Amino acid sequence: MRESILNVQGLNAHYGDFQALYGVDLDVAEGEVLAIIGANGAGKTTLMRSITGLLRNGAGQISYRGQDIGGLRADQVASLGVAMVPEGRQLFRSLSVEENLIIGGQVGRKGAWDLAAVQKLFPILKERCHVPATALSGGQQQMVAIGRALMANPDLILFDEISLGLAPIIIKDIYDALPGIIGTGMSAMIVEQDITKALSVSSRVYCLQEGRVSLEGQSATIERADISRAYFGVE
Amino acid sequence: MSLQNYTVTRTSQAARAAAILGALVLLVLIAAPWWAGRADMRLMGEIFLYLALASLWNLMAGYAGLVSVGQQAFVGFGGYILFALTIFVGLPPIVAIAAAGVLGAIIAVPMAALIFRLRGAYFAIGTWVFAEVFRLSFAQISSLGGGSGSSLPVGIVRSMAASRDGRESLSYWLALGIAVLVIAAVYLFLRSRNGLALTAIRDNELAAGSLGIDIWRTKFVVYVVTAGLTAMVGALIFLQKLRISPDAAFSVNDWTAFVIFIVVIGGIGTIEGPIIGTLIFFALRETLADLGTTYLIVLGLVAIVVMLKAPKGVWSLIRTRFDLQLFPLGYRVQHNDKKAD
Amino acid sequence: MDWLNAVVQGTLLGGLYALFAAGLSLIFGVMRLVNIAHGDLIILAAYLGLTVTTVAGVHPLLALLIVVPAMGLIGYALQRGILNQTLGDDLLPPLLVTFGLSVILQNGLLEIYTADPQKMDAGALEIASFAVGSLTLGVLPVLTFAIAVAVIWGLQWTFYRTALGRAFRAVSDNQDIAQLMGLNRRHIFGLAMALALAVTAIAGILLGIRTSFDPSVGGGRLIFGFEAVIIGGLGNLWGTLAGGVILGVAQTVGAKIDPGWQILAGHIVFLLILAVRPNGLFPRVSG
Repeated sequence: MRESILNVQGLNAHYGDFQALYGVDLDVAEGEVLAIIGANGAGKTTLMRSITGLLRNGAGQISYRGQDIGGLRADQVASLGVAMVPEGRQLFRSLSVEENLIIGGQVGRKGAWDLAAVQKLFPILKERCHVPATALSGGQQQMVAIGRALMANPDLILFDEISLGLAPIIIKDIYDALPGIIGTGMSAMIVEQDITKALSVSSRVYCLQEGRVSLEGQSATIERADISRAYFGVE
Repeated sequence: MSLQNYTVTRTSQAARAAAILGALVLLVLIAAPWWAGRADMRLMGEIFLYLALASLWNLMAGYAGLVSVGQQAFVGFGGYILFALTIFVGLPPIVAIAAAGVLGAIIAVPMAALIFRLRGAYFAIGTWVFAEVFRLSFAQISSLGGGSGSSLPVGIVRSMAASRDGRESLSYWLALGIAVLVIAAVYLFLRSRNGLALTAIRDNELAAGSLGIDIWRTKFVVYVVTAGLTAMVGALIFLQKLRISPDAAFSVNDWTAFVIFIVVIGGIGTIEGPIIGTLIFFALRETLADLGTTYLIVLGLVAIVVMLKAPKGVWSLIRTRFDLQLFPLGYRVQHNDKKAD
Repeated sequence: MDWLNAVVQGTLLGGLYALFAAGLSLIFGVMRLVNIAHGDLIILAAYLGLTVTTVAGVHPLLALLIVVPAMGLIGYALQRGILNQTLGDDLLPPLLVTFGLSVILQNGLLEIYTADPQKMDAGALEIASFAVGSLTLGVLPVLTFAIAVAVIWGLQWTFYRTALGRAFRAVSDNQDIAQLMGLNRRHIFGLAMALALAVTAIAGILLGIRTSFDPSVGGGRLIFGFEAVIIGGLGNLWGTLAGGVILGVAQTVGAKIDPGWQILAGHIVFLLILAVRPNGLFPRVSG
């Protein structure tokens, strides 16, 4: 039984008076790739924001490597080795491609990923390194966003809807590269609306529906019919 | 649950009670020349004028989102126009006050056209620049005393009423009248469609715009009307002071800093807020004014603390505690069984 | 020739105005905050310089060595202690809190130093001059302009060539994601304010050497700085220098026409530019 790198227990997340997550239980084993699927508004991004500390929900609900991180600021969680490729890329538009990557390494964690390694992975980023990041195409911006997260040499990397707004051929390329990117040792959570893609790269899958976990299973053997039911919430 | 069992009303028990109480208070205030001493009447007059200025600033900032730190432009403008019209044109002071209001509104039109190009805090400083332009410009007019100012000729003062008591009563009633006029105008405006539009804009400008509300025009109307009414108050202020100078007319401290503190402490974005704020401000002033600069420092500190800890002011603390709205602006759904109350 | 002299003097004056404006511009760029107390902080720096020169008996320019770090610390404390709590979508809190701060500063200075106009004594520097063609240039104004250029160059360099500048730009673009990069935004904002007030300290000392000052003149400096920023265009520090120069020239030329018109002329030029080019002359971001 592998150690969990991330343990979420009974997570209740709120935006003001509005509750977005109800008692979510979830764990990510060390070195595992976990998929989180669900419809729009199911709470997937809320979950990501809660884990990274962008949304603070109080202590005792999320632990990382055994340490309670619910009360930490986002920058503190980042320095522990959690990085995210945010929904919609969200590159820094005042920074060039290269600067976006460099700032990804701001946390100062050592590891396999540095500027040269990222540029080797995505050669186009070296070509266009001084261009303002938001001037790139959608697919290229996604590469920058992924590279930026890798620069932090995280132990847990979160991908939030990386296929959103991209052409199918680009999505295919990125997902083909994904196993190589995550490599061995890094744990990952992949939030996706595209179920096929999500299942293809992950070992386990959770389905969220209206703020609750509606299904959990092995990616390789889970039944499509079960997913449909859990995804849409119909009996 | 049937809709027929519910009615929509605009008022509540508390509001009705407050209305009756308010009418009684107003009667007492009108009768003040008979029961209050000279000093008390002057103080009350000052309170009414600050209340008017505060209510107007609150309408602009709290409802229209136009935060101005330059309203002193119109206060001073109103004062100078009063002096000019009574001295050079020979208008009776009361007519001059009304004229000052109209002229204030007129001059606000081109100002708005320019100043609306700025947003947020830059808009605020821009209004200050305008006030400075007014101050420097009026200081150039030697017939009105230039940089050192001038006094209102005795004849004009005497023309208002025969006796000193009569003049003081008249000043007092004018101040009370303007305060009532301003509050009534603000209240009726906010109750109207324009007011609803304003609240919508304040809450979510993008959504309001997509509903077809003409944001620019609504804000423009508020700016111009506020300017006119502020000029009227300014005219009255300097009619009572009997003397005007550029520094006094366009003082940031007197006509903006104090007003802002009143609104912030009382509760921005509500009609009741400026009333409470004015009372608190004057209570503080009467107790602390001897301390001069310390008083102002305390005021600044109180404003900062209120803004950080209770940004909606004292009234909001009361309102959320007791769910009160004395000037009914909203709509309430009441069950028909309660209608008999 | 007199007109040329006025233009040159105005240009040099513009350097001082650009220094007033640089701090304002930086803070708006990083945190979208406009500090109404900015002008009063310039005056605070002037008074600190006065105290240092009086107590330590040093030349005002040497006082920079103490006042600049001191103001930097004040800026950091101010931001983390009070101003960070006002940041958010609502425009009112920062505006009203900094307004309150302005009143406190003015009256605090009034209490401590009284309303008497003060001035720092820089000795020979104040009257030294040299000739360029038929013009006489004062050493102090030229030095001020040179310092302004150096400061702006330094700020640009910081913003675009250092990790700190990268952090400033990232936090200004997207606070949330910047935090994911391990940036503590409260700390970053504190550093930005510290830097802005350090620049403000330089402006205050140079002002204090050049003219007399008293606690009430802060508002006027804020307005000059603000006008320089708007004329030059938001988000562009070199534009701010240009804006300062235009303002300075407008004022000196206006003064040539009539001494009482000096400041008014500046305001009128500002309003004209606002009318025809509302985004300023060299804008990089919109307000």
